[in-house]
Amino acid sequence: MSTARLPEGADTAAEGAGTPVSAAAPRELLIVTIARLLKGVRHVAVGASSPIPAAAAMLLRARSEAEGAPPVRLSILGSVQHNFFTNGSGELFDCAGQGRIDAFFLGGGQIDGHGNVNLVGTGSYPESSVRWPGSFGSAYLYFVVPRVILFREEHSRRVLVDRVDFVSAPGSSAKGIYRTGGPHALLTSMGVFMFDPQRACFRLVSMHPGRSLADLRAATGFDFDVDPALGETPPPSASELALLRGCVLTELAQTYPDFAARFHTDLARKGAADPLDRPTRSTDPLPAPRT
Amino acid sequence: MNPIVSIDDIARAIPSGCRLALPADYAGVAMAVTLPLIRCAPRDLCLVCVPTGGMQVDMLIGAGLVRTIETSAVSLGEAGGAPCFNRAVSLGAIELLDSTCPAVHAGLTAAQKGAPFASMRGLIGTDVLKHRADWRVIDNPFAESPDPVVLVPAIRPDIALLHAPMADREGNVWIGRRRELATMVYASRRAFATVERIVERSLLSDETVAAGVLPALYVEGIALAPRGALPYGLWGEYGTDTAELIRYARAARTGQGFRAYLETAAAECATS
Repeated sequence: MSTARLPEGADTAAEGAGTPVSAAAPRELLIVTIARLLKGVRHVAVGASSPIPAAAAMLLRARSEAEGAPPVRLSILGSVQHNFFTNGSGELFDCAGQGRIDAFFLGGGQIDGHGNVNLVGTGSYPESSVRWPGSFGSAYLYFVVPRVILFREEHSRRVLVDRVDFVSAPGSSAKGIYRTGGPHALLTSMGVFMFDPQRACFRLVSMHPGRSLADLRAATGFDFDVDPALGETPPPSASELALLRGCVLTELAQTYPDFAARFHTDLARKGAADPLDRPTRSTDPLPAPRT
Repeated sequence: MNPIVSIDDIARAIPSGCRLALPADYAGVAMAVTLPLIRCAPRDLCLVCVPTGGMQVDMLIGAGLVRTIETSAVSLGEAGGAPCFNRAVSLGAIELLDSTCPAVHAGLTAAQKGAPFASMRGLIGTDVLKHRADWRVIDNPFAESPDPVVLVPAIRPDIALLHAPMADREGNVWIGRRRELATMVYASRRAFATVERIVERSLLSDETVAAGVLPALYVEGIALAPRGALPYGLWGEYGTDTAELIRYARAARTGQGFRAYLETAAAECATS
C-alpha cells in the first residue's frame, strides 16, 4: 500500500522521509496525524479532558519552535499553564467569534456523513433513549473556528451514522448564513477523512496500518468518497517520535498526569499490545472535548 | 450589615421556585451548600448552569428539587455522565432548556448590562435553536444583505451561588481570572459565596488584587467553608478528588444508590 497524500495543508511524512518508525503505538499515530492536520495554525484551543489533541498541539508547538517558525499558541481549557485567558470561560468564545482561534476539536456521540455532530442523545427529544451531557460550545464554535477536527477513536456504525438524531452543530450551512468555520477532517482509530464543504461529505484519504477499505465501509454508517491516492496513514517520523516521547510527554504530564503516566508505562514495555487501542467504553460514549 | 453568615443561612435563603445560577465544575462550586440545601428542600428550582453543570446539579436533581434546567451540558467529567440528570431526562421529570456555552454567557452579559437580549452568531440550523421557543432569529438590521442572527434573552437569576478562595470582612470576594463568576453575580438579583478563608485586610484596597475582586456591593452573604468545593477542586488551592466523583457516579446509578450516598454523606457531615 502506498503512503497517502494528506491534502489541504496537511503535512506528509516527507520531512521525515526514509525514517519512519514502525514501533509507534496506535495512539502515537493519532497524535502525529492530528499535528499534521494542524499544520499552519497560529492558535489552537483544546477542550478539557482531551489529552490526545492536546499532545498533538504540543507536538506542533515543539516542532515550530525547533524549526524557528512563528510560535503556535495553545489554549487548553481548565489548564493554568497553557491558558492565556483572564476573562473567564467566556473568553474562548469571544476569541473564536473574532477569528482569533484557528483550530478546535469536537467529538460526538454521533457524527454523520454530512459532518453534523450530536452531543445530546439518541432517539426522541427531550426524552432521549440515551442522553449525553449536552452540546457544550459546539453549536457556536463549529460556525466560527475555521479548522474543526472531528476526533473520535471509536469507529463504528453506532457513532458514524447516516443521520444524527439531534443536530448539536451542523456540518454545513445554507448560503447567507454567517459561517467562517466548520469541519476540516475526521480522524478515528481506523483512518482519516477530509471534509468537502461544497458537497458536505467526507473523503477517505488514508487508513491506519492493518485496515482495509472493506473494514472501513463495514464500520461506517454513512457513504463517503474515496481519495484516488488512498493509502496508509503515514507513520510518525523519527524526529516526531523523539519530540513526542521527549519534551511533549514531559509537558503533557503537567496537565494530564494520568494519561502521561500510562503513556510512559506503555513505552517502558514496548512491544506489548497498546492498552488504549480498544473501543471506547460503551457506558461512557462521549470523550468529547468540553468547552 | 455583617456579610458573614453560616452555610445553613445561605441554604435557607434559597426559596422554592428560585432561579438559581451555579458555576461550572472548574470555576468554584459551592459544594458545601449542597447537603444543607437538600435538607431545606426547596421545590421547583430553576437551575441556570454557567455554562455547564456537574455533581451539585446532579444531586439537586436527584433529590427532586429541580423543575427546570438551562444548561449547555451536565456531566461528571472524567467520572462520566451525570446519572440523576440522565435518569430525570429519560423520565421527562425535568424541563430541559438545552443551550450552548456562549449563549449562556450572552444571556448573562445582557442581564449584567440591563439589556433585554444579546445577539449571537452560530446556532442557525441546530436542533438546539429549534427547541428554544424563547430564542428568536432576526435579520441583522445593520447588514446590507440578509444576515440572520439569533437573539438570546437576558438571563436574570434570582440567586447566584459560588465558592471562592477568599473574602474580606466587608464581603468583597476574590475570584481572580474567573470572570464568568462576576458576570453571573452581576446578572443575578442576589448572590452568596462560600470561601476558603476570610482575610482581615480589605481586598479592594490592594491594587494588585482589586481587578480580580467581586465587590461586596453585589454579594449578600459570605460563609466560611474550608475545602468547600470538594470533591471539586479550586484554582490555586486544591485539585479535584476524582475518586470521590467516581464513587458518586457509581452510587447514583440507581435512585436507591443515590439516596444511600446522600445518607452516608449527611452522616459524615454531622460527625465531622
